[in-house]
Amino acid sequence: MRTIDASKITSEVKRLVVEANYFLPEDVMAALKKAKENDDWALSQDILDKIIQNANIASDENVPMCQDTGMVVAFVKIGQEVVIENGFIEDAINEGVRQGYEEGFLRKSVVGDPLDRVNTKDNTPAVVHYEVVPGDKLTIMVAAKGFGSENMSRLAMLKPSDGLEGVKNFILETVELAGPNPCPPIVVGVGVGGTFDNVSLLAKKALMRELDKYNENPFYADLEKEMLEKINALGIGPQGFGGKTTALKVNIEYYPTHIAGLPVAVNINCHATRHKEVTL
Amino acid sequence: MDYKLKTPFTREDLKDLKAGDNVYITGYMYTARDAAHKRLVELIEQDKELPIDVKGACIYYVGPTPAKEGQALGSAGPTTSYRMDAYSPQLLDLGLMGMVGKGKRGPEVIEKIVEHGAVYFAAIGGAAALISKSIKTAEIVAYEDLGAEAIRKIYVEDFPATVVIDSKGNNLYEIGREEYLNGSNK
Repeated sequence: MRTIDASKITSEVKRLVVEANYFLPEDVMAALKKAKENDDWALSQDILDKIIQNANIASDENVPMCQDTGMVVAFVKIGQEVVIENGFIEDAINEGVRQGYEEGFLRKSVVGDPLDRVNTKDNTPAVVHYEVVPGDKLTIMVAAKGFGSENMSRLAMLKPSDGLEGVKNFILETVELAGPNPCPPIVVGVGVGGTFDNVSLLAKKALMRELDKYNENPFYADLEKEMLEKINALGIGPQGFGGKTTALKVNIEYYPTHIAGLPVAVNINCHATRHKEVTL
Repeated sequence: MDYKLKTPFTREDLKDLKAGDNVYITGYMYTARDAAHKRLVELIEQDKELPIDVKGACIYYVGPTPAKEGQALGSAGPTTSYRMDAYSPQLLDLGLMGMVGKGKRGPEVIEKIVEHGAVYFAAIGGAAALISKSIKTAEIVAYEDLGAEAIRKIYVEDFPATVVIDSKGNNLYEIGREEYLNGSNK
C-alpha cells in the first residue's frame, strides 16, 4: 500500500492544465513541421507556418496557444494499492483545475447547466475517467479539449453488415461535414466496437496517443495510415482554404462488441492537440 | 492580393475584395460571440437601442483569455462562426459590414452579405497568441456579466485575416478546395 496526499494531486493538476495550454506537445509540433515539408501548396505552407509560429509564441511568452483553453478531461489510472489521504480524489482534481485556470490566465469556458448556461467561472467541473490498474502508482493525464472540434464529432451505431467499408465511410463523412470548422489540420480519434458509451471514450482515448505511434495491431495501424491518406485526398486543407494537410494523424482504438452491433465514434481535435500527464 | 483596410467599412471599401485575398485590418472592431449576439437580436426585436453602433462595423467572433500584465487582451483567436448564423442577418440589415470568424456560414447569411455588399473574413483558428499581437487596446462596452463573452471594443493594427465570402457571394471554402484539387497553382 502507498499513500498519496490529495494536495499533491491538486498541485500537479494545476501545473498540468497550465502547461498543456502553453506548450504544444513535441509530437504535435513534429507532425506540423513534417506536414509543412510534405505539402507543396503555397497557401497551406503559409498557414502551417503561422500555426508553428503561434505555438512558439505561446511557449516563449507563457500564454495560451488558443483562446479556447478547453473543458478539462482527466484520465486517471489508479493503482489498486494506492490510498489517497486528506481528501477525495475528484475534489483534488477540480481544485487543481480551479487554481490552474485562475492563476494561469486561462479562459473559463464551462457552464454549470447545459440549458440555463451560467458560467461556473472557474472552469470546473472536469470530466474525469477512472481506471483501476495493478500496482501502486497514480497516473493523471489532463486534456484541454476545445469545442470547435468537439462539436464536429459524431457517433453511429452501424450494423455488422456495414463492416469495414461502413466504418471508413463514416470517418470520411464526419471529416467532410466538419470541413473548415474544427481548425484543420485536425487529429482524428476513432473508436470502434464496445457499447454506445464506451465507443466515444475509445475515440477520446485515441486522441491521447502520441502522433508518432500507431495502433499495436498491424491491421488497425494500416487502417490508420489508409484513412489519413483518404482524408488528405479530400482537399479541405489547413483552415479549409484548400490543400493537402487536412489531418495530421488518425488514431484508432477498438474493443470487443456485441454480435448485433458495430458502434463507431469519431472524435475530432484541432491542431492544438493539448494534453499532459504525470505519474505519482 | 493583399489589402490594407480601415474600419468602419463602407460598401465601396469592400467591393473589390475577392475570396482568398489577404487583408490587414486597422481600426476599431467589436468582439461578440453567441451569448452577446442573442442579446443584441433580442433588443432589435423589441425595437430598442443597441449598446454598439453596428453601422459599418466589423464584429470579431472571439472570447479571449484574460489579459496578462502588458497585454490589451489575452490570446484571441476566432471561434466557429455558424453559431452566429441565427443572428447575423438582423445585424447585416442594420448595417454591419464585416464579420471575422472561422468556418462555414449558412445560406441566409450569405444572401444578406451579397444584399448589403458586406464581407465575411476568417482569421486562423488556433493562432490566438499570434493574432493577439495585433490587438492594441480593449475595453468592455456591454454585457460585462458574460465574462469572456462580453462585448469589447478593440483597436487593432494590421489584424491579419482572409476573405472567405466576398460581397459577390464567392466562397473560399469551395473555391480554394476546387483549385487545390484541380492542381492549379495560385
